[in-house]
Amino acid sequence: MSSLSVMPARPLVMPAKAGISGGTRGTRPRETPAFAGVTRGAGVTRLLAGLLLALLALIAAPAQALTFPAYTGLVVDQANILPADRKAALEQKLEAFQQKTHRQLAVATVSSLEGDEIADYGYQLGRAWGVGLNDANNGAILLVAPHERKVRIEVGYGLEGVLTDAYSSVIVNAKILPAFKAGDMPGGIDAGTDAIIAQLSLPDDQAKARQDAAVVAWDKQHKSSGQGVPGALIFWLIVIAWVVIAGFIRRARYGQRYGGSNWPIWLWAIDGALNSRSGGGWSGGGSSDSGGGGGWGGGGFTGGGGGSFGGGGASGSW
Amino acid sequence: MMLRRRLALSAPFAALLLAGCGVNTIPTAEENAKAKWADVQNQYQRRADLIPNLVATVKGYATHEQSTLTAVVDARAKATQVTVSADDISDPDKMKKFQDAQNQLSGALGRLLAVNEAYPQLQADQNFLALQSQLEGTENRIAVARSDYNSAVQAYNTRIRTFPDSITAKVVYGAKPITPFTATAPNAEAAPTVKF
Repeated sequence: MSSLSVMPARPLVMPAKAGISGGTRGTRPRETPAFAGVTRGAGVTRLLAGLLLALLALIAAPAQALTFPAYTGLVVDQANILPADRKAALEQKLEAFQQKTHRQLAVATVSSLEGDEIADYGYQLGRAWGVGLNDANNGAILLVAPHERKVRIEVGYGLEGVLTDAYSSVIVNAKILPAFKAGDMPGGIDAGTDAIIAQLSLPDDQAKARQDAAVVAWDKQHKSSGQGVPGALIFWLIVIAWVVIAGFIRRARYGQRYGGSNWPIWLWAIDGALNSRSGGGWSGGGSSDSGGGGGWGGGGFTGGGGGSFGGGGASGSW
Repeated sequence: MMLRRRLALSAPFAALLLAGCGVNTIPTAEENAKAKWADVQNQYQRRADLIPNLVATVKGYATHEQSTLTAVVDARAKATQVTVSADDISDPDKMKKFQDAQNQLSGALGRLLAVNEAYPQLQADQNFLALQSQLEGTENRIAVARSDYNSAVQAYNTRIRTFPDSITAKVVYGAKPITPFTATAPNAEAAPTVKF
């Protein structure tokens, strides 16, 4: 649920290219066993359940033609080019960066671009991982594909003004590529990361205000144990309550005249319960913003926050 | 009295039925496609904004390439004149004109960048390198924006042509399919190649 709820609207809408080749591919293997288990007599509910599951799988997993490594930490070294100690140091640096600036920078090395352009792969990787926060889109990725000899700085929508294409290109050409050309992969990645961190540590007021709001939203979402009540649920509860009350009133009018019943109390109780779950209520007052569970700026790996990417950044090859 | 109460009681069920038929989802999908279209136009505009600087920089070095430069300037002037408002995205003719104009500019830009390679001094100019990387980034953004727009359009078109939303689309909204981007001109998909 948590991964679903932080999923931004964008990645669900996959590019046409991905839709054609990979539309239902990911869900098909899951569908087959659901149907195979259905025997003729017992099966209607099972079939329905299977259909529902298949549908859920379709909604949950956006169609993707490309397969991406899992987002297991701020450094994902799929291509295995970083020694363990360098990787740990880099991870620490990136976590400290997120803690300090609330922006998220991930380093990814991939074993294959699967025949795709690195620019195309990069923005889709960013969306799949959700690097950065939803709405603020304050994530960036340093993507290295050693087998294709390609490197790219992929910049989220919200950072495009700070980490411009031109400056990304300067970082790639002046900091990263010289080391890569000399065969020093960890050195190039370190130098590139340092340069990006330095640039992204500069203050940027406008972006900061939006980012702060997104941090609060993320922390709230990931701290409250209840997932919050979806608006549609409340709507239908009200509709049902309305019908019940109408029926009750009718019965009260035509049946026992001033009889009364405890229905309204129940409805009031339900309403109260809903309100207290969605925050506020009696115990209310959202006083503790951070602290407790860590939160976005609390250090450590948080996973993606649903940031989106639009093709900003620069690439290079060596 | 009875009748009115019955009507009142049936209202929520009518709401349920309508909600299942795309009364809400069709406009949502349409607005989404329109927003994505605005993105596409923004990115093309961004490219157009970069061109005067690029041309000015190149002019200083590549003095023999007057015709290539003129072609870019002309194509840019034409391309900036053709805009398609969000209300016109279901009009295939206007979309085609827009695409043609932008494709022509892409072609002219590609030729300009190819010609530039013959000028080592230009290739060493920091200003030119910066512009080149911005142009490259913009081409990437255009590709992303177009692809996002196309998937939004696909979602909308599918919605208004499949049951039960197709009924609502016809009866309530008179919805027309939106035109997606197509690669019409040769090499329209290919961004100008930029070599370092």
